[in-house]
Amino acid sequence: MSTVKKYDAIVIGGGHNGLTAAAYLGRAGKKVLVLERRYVLGGAAVTEEIFPGFKFTVCSYVVSLMKPNVMRELMLPKFGLELLPLESTLTPLNNDYLLRTADADQTYREIARHSRKDAETYMRFGPAMGQIGMAVRPILETIAPNAIRPSLSDLGALKKLMNHFQSLSSEQFEYLTKLMTMSSADFLDEWFEFEPLKATMSASGIIGTFMGPKSPGSAYVMLHHYMGDIDGAFRAWGFQRGGTGAVSMAIARSAEHFGADIMTEAPVEKVIVKNGRAVGVALENGDEYSSDMVISGLDPKQTFLNMVDESDLPSDFVTDIKNFRIRGSSGKVNLALDALPNFTCLPGDGHHLRGAISISPSYDHLERAYDDAKYGNFSKKPFMDIILPSVLDPEMAPPGKHVMSCFVQYAPYDINGGWNDTKREAFGDTVVNTIARYAPNIKDIILHRQVLTPADMEKTFGLTEGNIFHGELSLQQLFTMRPAVKWADYTTPIKNYYQCGSGTHPGGGITGSPGEMAAKKILGELK
Amino acid sequence: MTYGNQFTAETQLNLSPFFERTSQLNESQEWRRWSGYLAATNYELTHENEYFAIRTKAALLDITPLYKYIIEGPDAQRFLDRLVTRNIQICKVGQVMYTPWCDEMGKVIDDGTVQRLSENKFRITSAEPNLEWIETNSAGMDLSISDDSKTTASLALQGPNSRDVLNAVASDSLDNLKFFWMMDTHFGDISVSISRTGYTGDLGYEIWMNPDDAIAVWDLLLEKGKPYGITPTGLHALDMARIEAGLILLDVDYISSRHAIVESRKSSPFELGLGWAVKMKKKDFIGKKALEAEKLKGVEWEFVGIEIEWDPFEKLHRDVGLAPGLPCTAWRTSTPLYRGNKQVGYATSGTWSPILKKYIALAHVKAEYVKENTQLDFELKVEHFRKLTPAQIVPTPFFDPERKRACPQ
Repeated sequence: MSTVKKYDAIVIGGGHNGLTAAAYLGRAGKKVLVLERRYVLGGAAVTEEIFPGFKFTVCSYVVSLMKPNVMRELMLPKFGLELLPLESTLTPLNNDYLLRTADADQTYREIARHSRKDAETYMRFGPAMGQIGMAVRPILETIAPNAIRPSLSDLGALKKLMNHFQSLSSEQFEYLTKLMTMSSADFLDEWFEFEPLKATMSASGIIGTFMGPKSPGSAYVMLHHYMGDIDGAFRAWGFQRGGTGAVSMAIARSAEHFGADIMTEAPVEKVIVKNGRAVGVALENGDEYSSDMVISGLDPKQTFLNMVDESDLPSDFVTDIKNFRIRGSSGKVNLALDALPNFTCLPGDGHHLRGAISISPSYDHLERAYDDAKYGNFSKKPFMDIILPSVLDPEMAPPGKHVMSCFVQYAPYDINGGWNDTKREAFGDTVVNTIARYAPNIKDIILHRQVLTPADMEKTFGLTEGNIFHGELSLQQLFTMRPAVKWADYTTPIKNYYQCGSGTHPGGGITGSPGEMAAKKILGELK
Repeated sequence: MTYGNQFTAETQLNLSPFFERTSQLNESQEWRRWSGYLAATNYELTHENEYFAIRTKAALLDITPLYKYIIEGPDAQRFLDRLVTRNIQICKVGQVMYTPWCDEMGKVIDDGTVQRLSENKFRITSAEPNLEWIETNSAGMDLSISDDSKTTASLALQGPNSRDVLNAVASDSLDNLKFFWMMDTHFGDISVSISRTGYTGDLGYEIWMNPDDAIAVWDLLLEKGKPYGITPTGLHALDMARIEAGLILLDVDYISSRHAIVESRKSSPFELGLGWAVKMKKKDFIGKKALEAEKLKGVEWEFVGIEIEWDPFEKLHRDVGLAPGLPCTAWRTSTPLYRGNKQVGYATSGTWSPILKKYIALAHVKAEYVKENTQLDFELKVEHFRKLTPAQIVPTPFFDPERKRACPQ
C-alpha cells in the first residue's frame, strides 16, 4: 500500500460527466485525478473495436444534448469533437414506410402521403417544441436549489426561475404542464393522427425508461430528448466521428490540457471518509490517493451504497437512495455487417440509411413490447432505434463493410429466471428476426454480433441494473429530487464528497451538463 | 431516394464534361453560375453532408470552370517569374505554387496556382480570363501560350479519405506526394495528373485530365471511392470550407484591379494577407516598384480572420426570444466592423463553422486596428434591427489540420 501525491480533487469514473467535471476543475487551476475502472475511458460513451476492424458504439450511440457552452468552454472541437448530421428518421412499415428528412418540403410530402393534416401540423410542432425547449432551458441550466432549507443563493435561483415562469406565454405554460404530466401518446394524440408517426415520435418518451408510450410521465422523457440543439437547431441529432467514445476522448484530452491526470484500469474500492469528510480514495489494488475532495461520476446507487459505508450517511437519505428508481429497460445489439441491410419498403442504399431507423410501427407495437417487460420477459417484438455508423463515418468498419447499432427495448434487468448466455443469445436472435421482417437480407450479412443485456451493461459499465440514464427520468426523480431531496445540488451528506453523474440534475444523455454544473457548484463553494 | 423524376432542360451556359453525370446526381437541381458554367450548388437537398464529406470523408468537386493556360517555351519560367509575385525560379518540375499577380500599380488582378509540368512547360490557373494579360506581358519572349480551359478537365477530391480513394484507383501510390507537388499517373489506361492542392484547407488533391476521359474518371472514382465515403459536393459546402481555410475568393473578398471602378476597390497582395507570397528579393516582376513603395509607406489595410463571440451573440437572440440565428451557409454580403463609434473595416464573407463550432468571417480592417485579439464590433440584424456584437481578430487558417501537409511515408 502506498499513498501517492495529493490532489485537489479526485474524480471516480472516467465517463463523460466525470471527465467534464475534471476538465472544468482543471480549467479553474485545480489539480485533478480521474480514476477509471476499465481499460478505456468514456463509461457508457465509448467506442470499442470488438471485432478487428469493426468499431462499435458499444452503448450510447448518438449525440444531441451536448451543451454548446461545454463544447466551447472545454474547446472540444479542438480536441476531436466532430458531430456529423444524422439526417433522417425512417420508420419501416409493412410494404410502406414513413420518412422524415432534414428537408422540410420533402418531409411534408412524405408525411402527407399518409396524412395531409399531420404534414401541416408537423410544421407547427417543431417550432412549438423549440419554444418549450427555450422555456425549460433555464431549469436545466440552474443548479437545483435546496427548496427545503434554501440558502441565500438558492433563494436567488428560485426567484430567477419564478420570474422566468412568469414570462412564459400561456401556450408555453400549457404545453409545459402537459409535457410534465401526460403520457407521450396522449400528448401526441392532441397533435397528430397517423399512427406510425405518433408511435415513432412517442418512442423518444420511452428510451431508457421502464414505461410505455401510454404511461403518464413518458411525455417528459420525450421532452428531455427534444432539448438538444446542435448549432442552434433544436432537435438535431448528430453522430460523433469515431463514435461516442470520441466525444469522451475529446473531453479527456481537454481535461489533460487543463492539467488533469487520468488513470485507466484503476478501480476504486472505497472513498476514504474521516470524521464525516471525504479525504481520498482507496483503489482495489490497495493504493490510496488523498485529496481535498472526491467527486463521484457513478450512479447514485454506486456513489452512496457502494463507494461509502451506509453508516457514514443519514438513514433517511440511505432510504431515499435505495428507493431511487433505476430499473434497466433496454439492451443493445451491435452488428458487424458484410454489406448494407436492404429494406423491403425502401430498397437500396439511399440517404435513408444515413439516419435513424425506428422500429415503431404503432403504439400497440410499443405497448406490447412493454407488456412483455412488465411481466419479466424481453420483448418478443421489440422497439428499436437503429443507426448505421459506418454509413456516416466509413472508418467505423473496414472498406465496404458496415456496423449497425441497435438500441433495443424492452429488456428488463429483472428478467424471469435471470439473464444467462442462453437468454442473451435468444434476445439477440429476437432482435435479428425483428430486423429481418423489414430487411430480409440481414441474416446473410451478419459477420459478428455483440449482444448486451441490462445485466451486461451493469457488469461492463457499472450501470446499476443497466439503466442508461443512471436512474429513470420520472418526475419524482428530477431537478430538486435528483437523486434525493436536499442533495440535488451535487453535494452529499458527506463533506467534500460530491456527485456529478447522470443521476444528478439534469439527467442522462451525453450532455456534459451534470459534470459542468457539479464543477461550477464546487468552485462556487470554494470561493 | 429516387422518385424517378428526370428532366432535360435548355441552357445557354457551358456544360462541363462531367455534366452528364453531375446533372443526374444533382437531386436538388440547384446550380450556380461559375465562369459561365453550370456548377452544382449542392447535390443533395441540403449541403450538410457534403460539407462533412470535405472534413471527414472524401468530397468530389467538378472544378473544370477554372481558367487554365499553358505556357511553354524556353522563356516560360522567366516570363512567369515576371508575371506573378512568387519566385518561379525555384519552382521545380512537379511543384505547384499558389500566387497572386498584380498590375503595374501593385494591385491584385487574380490569384491561382502555377504548376511546373516540365522544364519549359507550365500551367497557370485563374478565376477570371487572363489570356490577354498574359499575351500582352509576354511580348518578345520565346514561348507559346495556349488556353487550356477547355482542353483540360479537372476534379477536386478533398478530405481525409481522399488519399485512400486515389490509392485505390491510381496505378501509383500517392503516399509520397507532398503538399503542393504533383505527379502523373494512370487510372487504368487513362493518363491523369494529380496535384496535392485544393481550396478546402484539408488533405486533398486535384486531378487534371483530358475531357474525353472525364466520364470514365468520374465513374472510377465514385465506384472505388464508395467504401471511403466519396461524396459529390457542390459550391455551398466548398464556400464554407474555404472560409475555414482562410482562402480568399475573387469578386467576393477582393475585386480584380482590372475591373475595379474606383481606386479604393483595388487591393495589393499585402492588403489581402498575401504578403508571404510577394518575393521582393526577385529581380523584377509586374508591380514590384509600387509594392516596394507601399511597403515603405506602410500598408493601409489588412485582411484578417474574425471570430464572432458567442455569448453576446446568443444573448442578442435570446433577448427577442430566439435561439441564436446562425448562418447555415456562407454569406457574401459586405458587413461593417466598428471600433467604438468608428467603422474600421468590413467583413466580406463568413460562415458558421460546424467543425469548429465557431462563427467566423474574413474581413478587411484598417491596419492600425489590427492586432491579434483586437476586439471589434460586428454588425448584424436580429429580427430586422441592426445590432453590434463583439468579434475578435484571430489568426487564419481557422481550421488547419495536420493531415493537410502530412506525408505518410
